[in-house]
Amino acid sequence: MITQTTDWFDERLGIAKFTRKSLNKIFPDHWSFMLGEIAMYSFVILLFTGVFLTFFFVPSSKLITYHGAYLPDRGHKVSEAFASTLNISFSVRAGLVMRQMHHWAANVFIAAIIVHVCRIFFTGAFRKPREINWFVGTGLLVLAIVNGFLGYSLPDDLISGTGLRIAYSIVLSVPVVGSYLGFFLFGGTFPGNAIIPRFYTLHILIIPGLIIGLLTAHLAIMWHQKHTQFKGKGKTNRNVVGVAMWPAYAFQAGGFFFVTAAVIAALGGLVQINPIWLYGQYVPYRVSYAVQPDWYMGWLDGALRLMPSWEIQAFGHMIPNVFFPAVLLPGITFTLLGAWPMIERKITKDYEEHHLLDNPRDVPWRTSLGVGILAFYVVLFFASSTDVLANSYSLSLNFVLWAFRVLLFVVPPLAAFVAYKVASETGAVSTTGRRKRILIISRSSEGEFSTTETALRAPMHEEVIEELPEEIRYHAIKDGHEELASAIAVGAPSGGSTISTNDVDLGPLQSGGTGVYQIPRTPRGGTGDPRGRISRRDKRE
Amino acid sequence: MSKVDNESPTPPEVANSQVPERSTRSIEILVAVCFVISVLATVGLAVTYWLGGQPQVEGGLLFATLGGIGVGMVAWGKYLVPQGPYVQERDTIKSEILERQALLESLDRGSKAVGRRPFLGKLMGASIALFGLINLFPFLRSLGPVPKKALTTTPWRKGSAVVGPDGKQVTSSTLEVGGVMTVFPSNDVGGAISQTVLIRVGTANWTTRPGRETWGPLGYLAFSKVCTHAGCPVGLYEELTQQLLCPCHQSLFDVLTGATPVFGPAPRPLPQLPIYFDSNGNMHAQAGYDQPVGPGYWERP
Repeated sequence: MITQTTDWFDERLGIAKFTRKSLNKIFPDHWSFMLGEIAMYSFVILLFTGVFLTFFFVPSSKLITYHGAYLPDRGHKVSEAFASTLNISFSVRAGLVMRQMHHWAANVFIAAIIVHVCRIFFTGAFRKPREINWFVGTGLLVLAIVNGFLGYSLPDDLISGTGLRIAYSIVLSVPVVGSYLGFFLFGGTFPGNAIIPRFYTLHILIIPGLIIGLLTAHLAIMWHQKHTQFKGKGKTNRNVVGVAMWPAYAFQAGGFFFVTAAVIAALGGLVQINPIWLYGQYVPYRVSYAVQPDWYMGWLDGALRLMPSWEIQAFGHMIPNVFFPAVLLPGITFTLLGAWPMIERKITKDYEEHHLLDNPRDVPWRTSLGVGILAFYVVLFFASSTDVLANSYSLSLNFVLWAFRVLLFVVPPLAAFVAYKVASETGAVSTTGRRKRILIISRSSEGEFSTTETALRAPMHEEVIEELPEEIRYHAIKDGHEELASAIAVGAPSGGSTISTNDVDLGPLQSGGTGVYQIPRTPRGGTGDPRGRISRRDKRE
Repeated sequence: MSKVDNESPTPPEVANSQVPERSTRSIEILVAVCFVISVLATVGLAVTYWLGGQPQVEGGLLFATLGGIGVGMVAWGKYLVPQGPYVQERDTIKSEILERQALLESLDRGSKAVGRRPFLGKLMGASIALFGLINLFPFLRSLGPVPKKALTTTPWRKGSAVVGPDGKQVTSSTLEVGGVMTVFPSNDVGGAISQTVLIRVGTANWTTRPGRETWGPLGYLAFSKVCTHAGCPVGLYEELTQQLLCPCHQSLFDVLTGATPVFGPAPRPLPQLPIYFDSNGNMHAQAGYDQPVGPGYWERP
């Protein structure tokens, strides 16, 4: 049956070679490589839950009288967007879980992207040949943040409406074209009736479309270039060591999707998020205390708060105050972020290909720079809660604001310095990151103390890294060693039984013109290994 | 006193023993239990849904359903199938030099054939560029009107009746001293731009600045409620300090001196609306605002 199916497709698409290579693709294993996966899986959940929400959400700011299930708002004038969001939350079966999962997934999505970016940065995974994927990734981060903002602006509640008002002011602040941009985006003066339907189209169609396109490119490039790996035994700049796509990686990654979905479902069902019925319908002249955006906009909100009250007025024109923290700062942030591979190349003059990752402690200058920059944005993030902090700790608002203004310039260099010291000091110790040997201190009858090192526990995987049996067989046939191939075929159908290779003389095999040789290898130990390990490809220069 | 045996190295068999042999049976049971939990939770989910749904129960059961599948699959893929590690050579990314040369030649062959007619090429480029440029208009201009004077003026006019959010006319007795409310011109109740905060600071006429001697009759002061920083409603009034606070970014405005910013990022005072009471005690605007309200923009005078 499977043979028939694959034959049917192969005769029409010629998929055998590509699919075999894909099934046998090797994925290096490290927990930090799953951060990008979390982001991707959250996006899939966003699509699922988002499609569900589109069936019930009405993107309109037309005011209607509310007659729904939420008693406190009955008889009040609310917009259709707000009313339909209440309807999703209270009347649609499983609607609240879907809505909250959608919101949580968005928060997890952006968080995972940012931690993923940090991983890529601190390990130097953006270096040649992966610069293009760094650019694509930067674009994905920007799109994710923008779409998050668009999404939580849709329900037309008091907090999101206030956010829209700030967004309008920010658009307005762009030099030369700002007021035109604002009018074209909002369809006139604030608030108007156009913004919710327009944001809806952007939120569910255009930006997700762009994200899907860029994400596909991101994955295709990663697939084509193969994954990076950390330094380790047997790992070189020219190979990939890890688990095979089929079945180990497929099961682990597929299962991890469900684990991610499970966590988001638990958050969506059990942890309340964005209870718009408590905020109420957006009314332009109303506002509430503690107006904070979603967490990923916090750094912008903090920057708006910390900015001194400056404004440039000259030659009959004005550069408004909000331009600096809300247009210039993100502009510089994402430009520098995107251009980082080029900037680092200018500094290091390193034009080599890199497939082996840096340990952050191996490159103290990059690590400390990254930590310093990160600290800057963390301070900005916390600055978005000046009012809540002042209130919770009974401090004067003035004091909290000035404290943050000082911290913004004190914390980053301090954090960078500490990071530099930690990285360079730990990097200088040769045993950093290795398991410590247990010392046994004994005292002789004369009272003399002596220490003895215990033996290291044998690692689970001692250096037995081989190609997949099918790959070895494939190469053997391609290189005209059918007798070897059949020996493998008899011995190891699909991994499991032991094979004897003592009587097979492999000889030096040359594989198709890449200058890579297969060298014979005697099987280890008496019992051999459950999987057919025969030869190991090695590079001979 | 213990003597440490430091001599016997770990036998290679032990070193090489791979995960699958260790305790496959217990892992198999774990995986099976995970999948069974998932099935049970799914049944529970269906029942919950059938009965009308309950968010917390749905969340918990979804967690169990998805988590059961997830943990089962990961455990299966991690402990019951070969892990390697396997090695794979990286292919050289860049192409052979001959390939690149062949590419350049192919490019060149086509470019030469097209390049023979430079005038046609320019004409084609110009027509496509023009089409693209003209097409910008529906995508920009149709989206909204041009600003013109919309940002510089508000619906407040000379003589506009001052009304509350409910549309009721404000009179000289509407507010107690220390009271505050949001007011609008009677033709734009609830308007986002015309919203004005009305505060009563005393009972005598109050002058916030030279030249505004008649603007605060009977201690009533009216300021634009749109923050000059980012446009939020300046909603919080502290009577004790006579300050207005914008809850968005914590700009503080001193009411008695004409809503001048004393703290936070707001760069300009809130514009003051000159008001008066007619012979019936009803409040009106002496004129519109003497400057654009709200945040700054490029063309702001």
